[in-house]
Amino acid sequence: MTFFWAFLVGGTICLIGQFLIDVVKLTPAHTMSSLVVAGAVLDGVGLYDPLIKFAGAGATVPITSFGNALVHGAMAEAQQHGVIGVVTGIFEVTSAGISAAIIFGFFMALLFRPKG
Amino acid sequence: MADQKKKKLTLVQQEYQELAKKHEPPRPLLSNFTRAFLVGGVICLIGQALQEMFIHYFHFTEKTAGNPTVAVLIFISALLTGIGLYDRIGQWAGAGTSVPVTGFANSIASAAIDHRSEGLVLGVGGNMFKLAGSVILFGVGAAFLIGLIKTLIKMGG
Repeated sequence: MTFFWAFLVGGTICLIGQFLIDVVKLTPAHTMSSLVVAGAVLDGVGLYDPLIKFAGAGATVPITSFGNALVHGAMAEAQQHGVIGVVTGIFEVTSAGISAAIIFGFFMALLFRPKG
Repeated sequence: MADQKKKKLTLVQQEYQELAKKHEPPRPLLSNFTRAFLVGGVICLIGQALQEMFIHYFHFTEKTAGNPTVAVLIFISALLTGIGLYDRIGQWAGAGTSVPVTGFANSIASAAIDHRSEGLVLGVGGNMFKLAGSVILFGVGAAFLIGLIKTLIKMGG
């Protein structure tokens, strides 16, 4: 059943992205930035975790979860170290995603030539 | 903001803009939305399958399975970007491929590959975050503000 909700929720978030591009006429970069901020705000008011519980990868795979994970890292460190933890903890949870993207992106640049 | 831009244009330019707008082909909204929904949904479905695989076969918990799942998705996306397939799917699927985390990896990998000819430091290093930079900046900015507010509230209460 989680598979069904993952598909539905993930698809809907992409649909919202397409709506922002086509109807609100934002550029793709503006759309992604808005979605990340939306994810961070949703986590700030405590709504993103229930969504992850409900939809699994449907909520963790879209870029909105990047904003959510940033807030999570910041809050986890802040609980231990106070205000300074907000700064030291921001990348705690998202490290895997960002590091993987940098490392694999770099390897691909070494291996492949631009197409078309 | 659109009004501010209009004021700077001369009358002829304004007329031209209106004329151009009239002949602009309407965006095929329904098919764009359907494609974004389907492709985005399928990518999340793949993510869910990976996550279940990591939980059942590699003994990750539901919380820790997120990291390897994202890493594998990013690897697949970077590879598909390298062989030129991701951008071809992206042209068809629009936001369906750019909103999932794979789109984030694609923007980094494609910027790195495109600027390879300018050298490793100035080309790849300097341009890698050309597109992904705004996502990181606004994500971190928002997370910092929210984290700060929540922490201060907690300390006060």
